[in-house]
Amino acid sequence: MKFTKVTVVGAALACLLSSVAVPAFADTADKRIALSNNYAGNSWRQAMLTSWEKVTGAAVSDGAVAAADAFTTAENQVTEQAAQIQNLILQGYDAIVINAASPEGLNGAVKEACDAGVIVVSFDGIVTEPCAWRIAVDFHQMGKTQVEYLAGRLPDGGNLLEIRGLAGVFVDDEISGGIHEGVAENSQFSIKGSVHGDWAQDVSQKAVAGILPSLSDIKGVVTQGGDGYGAAQAFKAAGRDMPIIVMGNRHDELTWWKEQKDANGYETMSVSIAPGVSTLAFWVAQQILDGKDVPKDLTVPFLSISQDTLEESLENTQAGGVANVEYSQEEAQGVIAGAM
Amino acid sequence: MSRFLTVNTMRTLLPALSLAAILAAIFYLQPRTMSYFGLNLLLNLAIPIALATIAQMFILCVNDLDLSLGAFVSLTACITATWLYDTPVLGVLALAGCVLAYAALGALIHLRNLPSIVVTLGMSFVWVGVAVLILPTPGGKAPEWIRALMTLKPALIPFPIIAAVVIAIIVHFGLMKSAAGVVLRGAGGNPLSVERAGWSLLRIKVTMYALSGFFGVLSGMALVGLTTSADANIAERYTLLSIAGAILGGSQFVGGRVSPIGAVIGAVTLLLTGSFLSFLRLNPDWQIGAQGAILILVLALRVLIDRSDKRS
Repeated sequence: MKFTKVTVVGAALACLLSSVAVPAFADTADKRIALSNNYAGNSWRQAMLTSWEKVTGAAVSDGAVAAADAFTTAENQVTEQAAQIQNLILQGYDAIVINAASPEGLNGAVKEACDAGVIVVSFDGIVTEPCAWRIAVDFHQMGKTQVEYLAGRLPDGGNLLEIRGLAGVFVDDEISGGIHEGVAENSQFSIKGSVHGDWAQDVSQKAVAGILPSLSDIKGVVTQGGDGYGAAQAFKAAGRDMPIIVMGNRHDELTWWKEQKDANGYETMSVSIAPGVSTLAFWVAQQILDGKDVPKDLTVPFLSISQDTLEESLENTQAGGVANVEYSQEEAQGVIAGAM
Repeated sequence: MSRFLTVNTMRTLLPALSLAAILAAIFYLQPRTMSYFGLNLLLNLAIPIALATIAQMFILCVNDLDLSLGAFVSLTACITATWLYDTPVLGVLALAGCVLAYAALGALIHLRNLPSIVVTLGMSFVWVGVAVLILPTPGGKAPEWIRALMTLKPALIPFPIIAAVVIAIIVHFGLMKSAAGVVLRGAGGNPLSVERAGWSLLRIKVTMYALSGFFGVLSGMALVGLTTSADANIAERYTLLSIAGAILGGSQFVGGRVSPIGAVIGAVTLLLTGSFLSFLRLNPDWQIGAQGAILILVLALRVLIDRSDKRS
């Protein structure tokens, strides 16, 4: 079974609505888990750390684990994070959850951890060392989903504008690759223009405003998150018909979408990665410590918001933040079972 | 002051005492580190930093400053993880080329009388550019023999300690005790008199830069041996770490006044400062500041010693 195809909206809502009830865990009650994080300088990472604190704090007080401390390196440097991981080994943690500065550069330190009997779980920024577990995001599928949604909305197809992320980052290549694969499978669409929005609304707005005069009749805009609102502003300023712009779960994007929905019934979708993936990694580490059989490669489902779930998602998203899902132990077990 | 506690011995002892103090604090905070396994983990990343600090020390010795060292080490790490792994001959040639490039830089700086800071700052972009060309995305593999050497587990004494002592002793005897070393250091302290005595300043500068390049190459190779793969920005921090390590170890910006043993101790101390602060569970936002504060503390002690030197 391929888990990435599963839309997690249901699970997400269930998670948001249900209270966090965690039973006692005798086997891991004395285990300590550390988070080694390479960077905390944007809203997504801040939300990731807040989710970690919230979920692991409850897990510690419920006796699921003895400790779950977060450590962030100050300079986002490979050598610094390698030293940090080695220090965490020396501090006697039973498992280390890593969001890595480099997929390859930490392999030496990760190997040291494995050799010392420490469980290593990497997520988001994953490591390639075979002894570690990986919770990867299927960015490729995230791009493809957008085209598939547009194919449902626009059976006759049409011209698309693609907004890409930061050039040279592998996430950008992955999402864009997925979008282009989707377009290849749905030949009624063609990508007429492509700009780099750097995952920032202001950059996207400028880039889209720059390319718009050379494009005629754009039906849809495929994006990477953090760029949909800027694109909408550019279309509005140019006095063009508003195309279907795929949003990226940011608060400003959802707010704009809600305004348009109320004013003229505007319909679209929104998709991105929930920062709460850190809590999935935490529970995966706990499950491994508990002696459960967990596959080395897991895929984290992305979080999509539809016309019907918009209000609810918007309500649960902080101003300036990103729509989020935090995982409970049962949901993590579900992800693991899905990958078996 | 007694014969045994002269200003000079105090100056020499200061780096060692700072190291002992920080090591004692770490042992107290985290007794687990007081073992073969613990020392190995605590110190293994110090080897590439110590080598880079020695490289920086050679440049400091001729009264220059190298702002490209981090980028250069990153480049040699990339070459080690790609060419040296796939086609060893090409790899060795490329690394030798890196050393030659450093020697040529020394010649350029001397002949055109350019400020080393400007030249090396410019070259740092060249090194990063070449590194990105060789290894556009993080990856590569460490050659087996380097990996084997860096993960060596000798009996009784952990490998990082042996490596640090060997590096310090070799450079100490080469630079501080040999006749050639005296001339090399003299060129930094008093270039005019060395030139009048018939030595070619050009050759001295080229030699020092080549030595620096050589140790930079060793640093990159050691780093890859530890990380198992490279990244075009892997050693970005080494520029500042190497300068701070050399200064912490007793070298001075005035040229000629350097200490290889001190440089190695300084590099190790600097790395341990990071571990110490993380064992303290200090917020990472404060850690860089705290690291700086420890540096200032040690340097302030040295100024105090120097002052008593002048007074006496």
